[in-house]
Amino acid sequence: MVKAADLKHRRRMKRSFSDRLISVITYIVYAIFAFVCVYPFYYIFINSISANNLSDQGKVIFYPMEIHFKNYVSVFKIPGLLNAAQVSLARTVVGTICTVMVAAFLGYMFTRETMWKRKFWYRFVAATMYFNAGVIPWYLTMKTMGMTNNFWGYIFPMMVQPFYIILCKTFCESVPKELQEAADIDGAGTLTVFFRIMLPVIKPILATIAVFAAVNQWNSFQDTLLLVTKDELYTLQYVLYQYINQASSLKALVSNSTNSAQLAASLAHAATATSIRMTVTIVVVLPVMLIYPFFQRFFTSGIMIGAVKG
Amino acid sequence: MRINQRKLRSYKEFLLVLPFLVVVAIFSYFPLYGWIYAFHDYRPPFPITNETFVGLKWFETIINNPVRTADILRVLRNTFAMSGISLAFSWFPMVFAVFLNEIKCHPYKKFVQTVTTLPNFISWVLVYSIAFNIFSSTGAVNVVLQNLGWIDKPIAFLKSSDHVWFTQWLWLTWKNAGWAAIMYLAAITGIDEEMMEAARVDGASRMQIIWHITIPSILPTYFVIVMLNLANFLSNGMEQYYVFQNAFNMDYIEVLDLYVYNMATSSTGAYPLSTAISILKSVVSVILLVVSNTASKLIRGEGFI
Repeated sequence: MVKAADLKHRRRMKRSFSDRLISVITYIVYAIFAFVCVYPFYYIFINSISANNLSDQGKVIFYPMEIHFKNYVSVFKIPGLLNAAQVSLARTVVGTICTVMVAAFLGYMFTRETMWKRKFWYRFVAATMYFNAGVIPWYLTMKTMGMTNNFWGYIFPMMVQPFYIILCKTFCESVPKELQEAADIDGAGTLTVFFRIMLPVIKPILATIAVFAAVNQWNSFQDTLLLVTKDELYTLQYVLYQYINQASSLKALVSNSTNSAQLAASLAHAATATSIRMTVTIVVVLPVMLIYPFFQRFFTSGIMIGAVKG
Repeated sequence: MRINQRKLRSYKEFLLVLPFLVVVAIFSYFPLYGWIYAFHDYRPPFPITNETFVGLKWFETIINNPVRTADILRVLRNTFAMSGISLAFSWFPMVFAVFLNEIKCHPYKKFVQTVTTLPNFISWVLVYSIAFNIFSSTGAVNVVLQNLGWIDKPIAFLKSSDHVWFTQWLWLTWKNAGWAAIMYLAAITGIDEEMMEAARVDGASRMQIIWHITIPSILPTYFVIVMLNLANFLSNGMEQYYVFQNAFNMDYIEVLDLYVYNMATSSTGAYPLSTAISILKSVVSVILLVVSNTASKLIRGEGFI
């Protein structure tokens, strides 16, 4: 300890001017990076709670003006938005549970050396990471399978994820073999071993996978774009995209949904295309923001998902 | 008897997995069968028959039809430009991580890392929404620039054909750089602290330590990233470009993946041609994957597949 403190002291003495200059520049540059990443969210948030006539004219830049929260009530009165929120929530919950359970089960099963042609089937699944038939063949397949305009079209194609399975398999392999063997000798079936013994042990990796699978489900946009034409199956992401690109129809929507009482309300509270866009944006970001603090401890295990070896 | 029982168990275990293998077969392998549409004159909803078989007609169209050829060349140019810029700047997250690691104030470092990683977890639709709100005619950027007197009237940033490749790279970086940096930060944590200490005692400056110890230590990680970038050179994905596309920037933003989608959805009867391009793309992608994996094996001693 003494030596470390001594070294630290000497280092401080030795710090040259250029070292300190680098320090200062580093702090400033990273402050800019942080600002660029935070300000957009902050900007949209303060606009969503400011007077709508001011936000529409771009008057709200640094701090909220004439704060009110009416926008958060009025956006949910737009036809379809509440439903889209429910669809998004449902696919996130159901999809995450399915993906995680399948990853855990297959990850575990592919470690069972007794399984018939285990290696072949493992490769059969893992290989799907490296090819893609293309949008049209995929769409036609989905159509043949009745997955268009079907809630399960959000769940089934994303259910078997080779990345996650490989992660689980690697994790299962690190679990001491004795644990399983003891149960095997006691005559426990494969499923019993999985549910009673393996599942509790591999929880840490499942938590990581759950977080990433949930974010993927929540953020998914392309599958709605390709597969869904019925508006009761639209997700929040898709609805938000429509709101941004169809400003004119949004205005019609606003005037339709605003009843006489709201019209009588001051300009500050009457919904505008801008206020709706910004408020819905916050509504869509919020769930990610809320679970974001819990993400962080999964970061390091999470990057494995990107850097995994099959 | 014993052997029979073991065999029974091995089949039983296979049966447990079978439903999921079927799912994989349907959603990942069966679409490959759809490649036959590229060899037919397919017009949905009419099924393909022997009469509709046209051989390589659609592949020949790509070369023989001047309009299609021009389209493909334009789209390839965009794809190469976008992937090329990404590749050329692929060192950015590494440098970002290296200097972030130089920040000794721990809470500040943590704060920067937290906020720069956040954009990675939002969808492209949200990124577009943010871009739309900030850069619209009454958005923060235009208002501030006007208040400063730098511009007279709002600039239509998103509805512009200028610098599309570069701005798209900026959005990509805004979204991904913080996340990509985490991998390097993890690699930096793995560097032997004694080596750093020894260098400091010998009087090495910070830049010298970064240049001679930190960067060489994380270069293997960087190399893998470059190889993965190369393997995905043709696959920029379509979501980012789909949400950002409009009539003004179309000529520059349409990458291969987006082109395949746009063609299939715009004109009827474009399914076969779109599929034909998908096939060509898949073949080239697999070749790129094998090449970069072999390069990785030769240089690093191990591949990434």
